[in-house]
Amino acid sequence: MNNDTLIPYIGVVTDIRQDTPDVKTFRVVSPEGGKVFEHMPGQCAMLSIPGVGEAMFSITSSPTNKEFMEFSIKKCGCLTTWLHAMDVGQQITIRGPYGNAFPVETDLKGKDLLFIAGGIGLAPLRSVINYVRDNRANYGDVQVIYGSRSMDDLVDYKEIIDEWMADAGIQVNLTIDNPQEGWDGHVGFVPNYVKELNPSTSKTVLVCGPPIMIKFTLAGLKELGFTETQVYTTMELRMKCGVGKCGRCNIGNKYVCKDGPVFRFDQLGELPDEY
Amino acid sequence: MLKISLDKLDKLFEAISASQTLYIPTDREDGAAEYKKYESGMKLSNNLNTLRSAKDFFFPQTENLVDFKMEGKNIEVIDVREESEDFVIFGVRACDARSFTVLDKVFLTEPVDSYYKNRRDHGTVVTMACTRPAETCFCGTFGIDAAAPEGDAACYSDGENLFIEAHNEKGQKFIDSVAALLEEGDTAKLDAVREKTREILKKLPLANLTTDNFGGDKLNEYFNSEKWGELSQSCLGCGTCTFVCPTCQCYDIKDFNTGHGIKRFRCWDSCMYSDFTKMAHGNPRLTQLERFRQRFMHKLVYFPANNNGEFGCVGCGRCLSKCPISMNIVKVMKALEVK
Amino acid sequence: MQEAMINRAKQLLADGSVDRVIGWKRGEFEYDITPAVFTSAEELDADFVYDDFTAANVSKYLVKESKKEGKILAFLKPCDTYSFNQLIKEHRIVRENIYVIGIPGGPKLDAERIKAKGITGILGAKNDNGTLIIDTVYGEEKMPYYEALSVKCRNCKSKNHVVYDELIGEDGDILDSNRFDMVEKLENITAQERYDFWREQLSKCIRCNACRNVCPACTCEKCVFDNPDSGVENKAATDSFEENMFHIIRAFHVAGRCTDCGECSRVCPQNIPLHLLNRKFIKDINSLYGDYQAGEDTTSRAPLNDYKQDDCEASIVHERGVE
Repeated sequence: MNNDTLIPYIGVVTDIRQDTPDVKTFRVVSPEGGKVFEHMPGQCAMLSIPGVGEAMFSITSSPTNKEFMEFSIKKCGCLTTWLHAMDVGQQITIRGPYGNAFPVETDLKGKDLLFIAGGIGLAPLRSVINYVRDNRANYGDVQVIYGSRSMDDLVDYKEIIDEWMADAGIQVNLTIDNPQEGWDGHVGFVPNYVKELNPSTSKTVLVCGPPIMIKFTLAGLKELGFTETQVYTTMELRMKCGVGKCGRCNIGNKYVCKDGPVFRFDQLGELPDEY
Repeated sequence: MLKISLDKLDKLFEAISASQTLYIPTDREDGAAEYKKYESGMKLSNNLNTLRSAKDFFFPQTENLVDFKMEGKNIEVIDVREESEDFVIFGVRACDARSFTVLDKVFLTEPVDSYYKNRRDHGTVVTMACTRPAETCFCGTFGIDAAAPEGDAACYSDGENLFIEAHNEKGQKFIDSVAALLEEGDTAKLDAVREKTREILKKLPLANLTTDNFGGDKLNEYFNSEKWGELSQSCLGCGTCTFVCPTCQCYDIKDFNTGHGIKRFRCWDSCMYSDFTKMAHGNPRLTQLERFRQRFMHKLVYFPANNNGEFGCVGCGRCLSKCPISMNIVKVMKALEVK
Repeated sequence: MQEAMINRAKQLLADGSVDRVIGWKRGEFEYDITPAVFTSAEELDADFVYDDFTAANVSKYLVKESKKEGKILAFLKPCDTYSFNQLIKEHRIVRENIYVIGIPGGPKLDAERIKAKGITGILGAKNDNGTLIIDTVYGEEKMPYYEALSVKCRNCKSKNHVVYDELIGEDGDILDSNRFDMVEKLENITAQERYDFWREQLSKCIRCNACRNVCPACTCEKCVFDNPDSGVENKAATDSFEENMFHIIRAFHVAGRCTDCGECSRVCPQNIPLHLLNRKFIKDINSLYGDYQAGEDTTSRAPLNDYKQDDCEASIVHERGVE
């Protein structure tokens, strides 16, 4: 019998980084070394600790990384609590890649890109940002607007400071919700910051964050003259199979696990408001 | 067409079951019919249909997907799949036979579900034409002819004889395996019986129900209909409709610690259940209205939108009989219809 | 009766005494009747129905309905009034928001019992001196009326309304129902036979939860079987004993609170006689603590929630368990 997508592979956790008080980034390789499978930016994988649970997570690392995959995971429920408690060397199960990807090789190619992220919402975009950095010639201007509740809640802060901000090729704008000692950057919510920065409407936007942030960001972008056809986001709903069969992650007739998770806002607009 | 006298059905069943597992619908003590593994002496049910649908044969209520052995930090994945044995399901009605086509569209599209395919490959579906459809039947709404069921092979009864014809290679193989019991028969009487059945089908109370106004093109119109509140107000949120339905195929995956390892199961799930879409951080379908709407939108709008207009219902009428509060797809279609 | 009910409901709606009416709504066929809330005279005239097939107990809907704004008129059959009282006792419904009209009860018919006789194409049915005459697509069929009765109506315990604001029709008496006959029969077979009986019945369960969801005694905000953290939220039967435990635990949980309304058996798609589990508890409570009928009143302390010095000792379980 052929392998079945419901039968997972084994992954070994080789590195765990505490990114924020409630977010850790896990590095996963196959037991033989190397990546368990290839993916495109925006795609997801089902991670599981058998007996604890299985859930879908965005692959945070870029496909241009040839050695490992990374997952930035917020402690939120039963499985994520377990993952946060484990040590390096722990094996997990992994299956995927699932879902579509951001159209980095088609629609986004040659475009000026604006990434907008809030909190853990940076996780799926980090894959795209690093992919774009590694294929810099294929894209125009790149700007990242990222905000979180506090300085400590900025995911991948070290990478942002050491690599992205040092990279002349991209502009990074950070913000936190409230003033904080040691922070001399911008203070305020992401949607407002976007409006203040007034990015050029020639840019294609990739946005991810809490639903409320996305809602206000989209409204703000529209005020600035952006249209829904130039804004992409990535969705999350309850998933079990990952391949559009178990029947629970649909928005209208689209399955987030298979037809998504990446949607353009004009596509989402055609679907029922049930997410 | 080849035939066998109805009073020799026992011999036919004995012959089939000699070479492979045979399942037939048979009556329980409470009068309801259910599929059972054939044993000598078992009688074919006269009921129109089985209480549970035939989907269990390919998509069982619970199945073991994979096992895990946990040792320290290591996990071993144990593939528990075994090649299914050949089996025959005899006496499947036209509606249930079509339900397999609906299930195929889910489980046999890429990535193919190997558990389902394994059983589908090894199962031979022998259908039985209806002669006494019920008031709850509306298979005709979905273009199904109860007098000419699909399946690998089909049987028709004229009251005296059972006629058998193959629809494909698998069906032919089945007929060949019992050819010694069959003889060529005259279908004049059978043709009259089938004609009469079609006349009855036309006169059934739900004969005029159509899907003309349903399908993928009115997605938001139906989703936003004001009727959902009234339709769902008495819904108990139980899974009866889902579990007796031959086309409902949503499933859950659950792990159990047996003490010597972890077993991962797949089991039927119901969009009517409150935890169906529950996540660690919220639930997009908080009320029964939304869950109720999902079930019917899936069958009447989403499924056709994704499957070239084919609906996720075959008109078997089980939900009409079994819903504790008698709310069902027919009532929903009639109340909802946007002209 | 139906007409009198509609007229009274229209009056009460018109004079503002109530804002909504909970009753039963006509279906596609004579028998597929749905509990429904009506808000206008037009709706009542068009769809309100009360006949031989209106078996559903609407009491449990009042848990939700009585918390909405305004007053709701509820038509309650005698058996339904017991569930209603029990819900009042358990503080599940807001009495002030409900106007109860007691109506004569059954016996009610169950189309599934007619179908079980092999009768199909049912268009209508009427009782003719103990014989049910059924109009079908295939002509007229007959069967004993008694056999077409809903399981819950076969051993009617009471024609008496234990609560109402007004009555339509006459009030009746508490009946000698013989409802424990089958329980007694099960008590008198061997433990192995009894085990086999329940194993066979409960193995039919498809875990649809209809029995639990319809049950007026099952009003937990979150059932333990729906709670993923409980460790027993098992939609997958990992072994063949799973379903049995679900029903046994449920029977224990409603013991002393179950009024024997029979909805569990009425709705079971697999025809499992679930009411027998509950009746066993009722019978035991009666014999161990003295006769007690849940839902008979709203004030008495239930035997299982009460302590008396002459209560039976726990060892009774052992003594009775000996064959």
